[in-house]
Amino acid sequence: MKSDILKIEKYKLKSRLIVGTGKYKNFKQTAEAVKASGAEMVTVAVRRVNILDKKKPVLMDYLDPKKIIYLPNTAGCFNSKDALRTLRLAREMGGWKLVKLEVLGDKKTLYPNMVETIKSTDVLVKEGFKVMVYCSDDPIIAKKLEDLGAAAIMPLGSPIGSGRGIKNKLNISIIVKNSKVPVIVDAGIGTASDAAIAMELGCDGVLVNTAIAEAKNPIMMASSMKDAVIAGRKSFLAGRIDIQDYASPSTSSKGLI
Amino acid sequence: MAKIQLNGKKIKIYNGSNIKDLVKKYRLNEKKIAIELNGRILPQNQYTKKKLKENDKVEIVQFIGGG
Repeated sequence: MKSDILKIEKYKLKSRLIVGTGKYKNFKQTAEAVKASGAEMVTVAVRRVNILDKKKPVLMDYLDPKKIIYLPNTAGCFNSKDALRTLRLAREMGGWKLVKLEVLGDKKTLYPNMVETIKSTDVLVKEGFKVMVYCSDDPIIAKKLEDLGAAAIMPLGSPIGSGRGIKNKLNISIIVKNSKVPVIVDAGIGTASDAAIAMELGCDGVLVNTAIAEAKNPIMMASSMKDAVIAGRKSFLAGRIDIQDYASPSTSSKGLI
Repeated sequence: MAKIQLNGKKIKIYNGSNIKDLVKKYRLNEKKIAIELNGRILPQNQYTKKKLKENDKVEIVQFIGGG
């Protein structure tokens, strides 16, 4: 397992778990959960500075971008224009070229708007961004994104924050088989077994936010997700047994009295 | 005094103020923000050069927690 590295563009990650930094009680808890998760990469969002509160703490004071890789996202963007604006600002903030693009379709499902997503991916790649793309679990769309130059494909397991796990395992495994760039399940993970399933399907990584941040004990859940991703990955590499229709005794009948 | 819009709010600034003055006024760390002036990203090395004028629209953003 020592050489089992997840390579995304110039980054070589030992941990295949990426965590989101939203929904935590406070930045202290965010930092503790990130530490417990073992993640080396975190997603962050871009928002207006609160000019009315000069003493408000900032995320960077708790998570040092020199020590942990920031993956700026476009959370809350419902069209290409807003997404591009957000990521250009993120890049300005410190040269972040590796970004996570998500263009949402509607507020109820937060399902990706793939027309706008494809359009944005094309523009961003041409501007020199390395784009990890939140997308639907459609193998044809995933391939299209790869062809456009996406750095990673990030299909949803189920709607963001729904905790429903991976609803279409078949599609995810087809996407994995077809893809030459990393496939990271983004959205829908509810508990550790969901993360393990994603890894057993052969995904290169998992992105988790709500399942950790809103767990009763976020720190313990972060550590649980870490273990699940490691276990699922090992299980995938080890190669599972074939599924049989009938039983097969674990003990040899040779020498039976 | 000149009126400008900062992050959607109308504020008053001294005539001849530049972006750097605004950053100082709100005690922001230049390394942790990005700025848009009238819809265009303003590189950090322009903060002292760019004087603000009446009705300018400034957006100052930072990273927050997000999934």
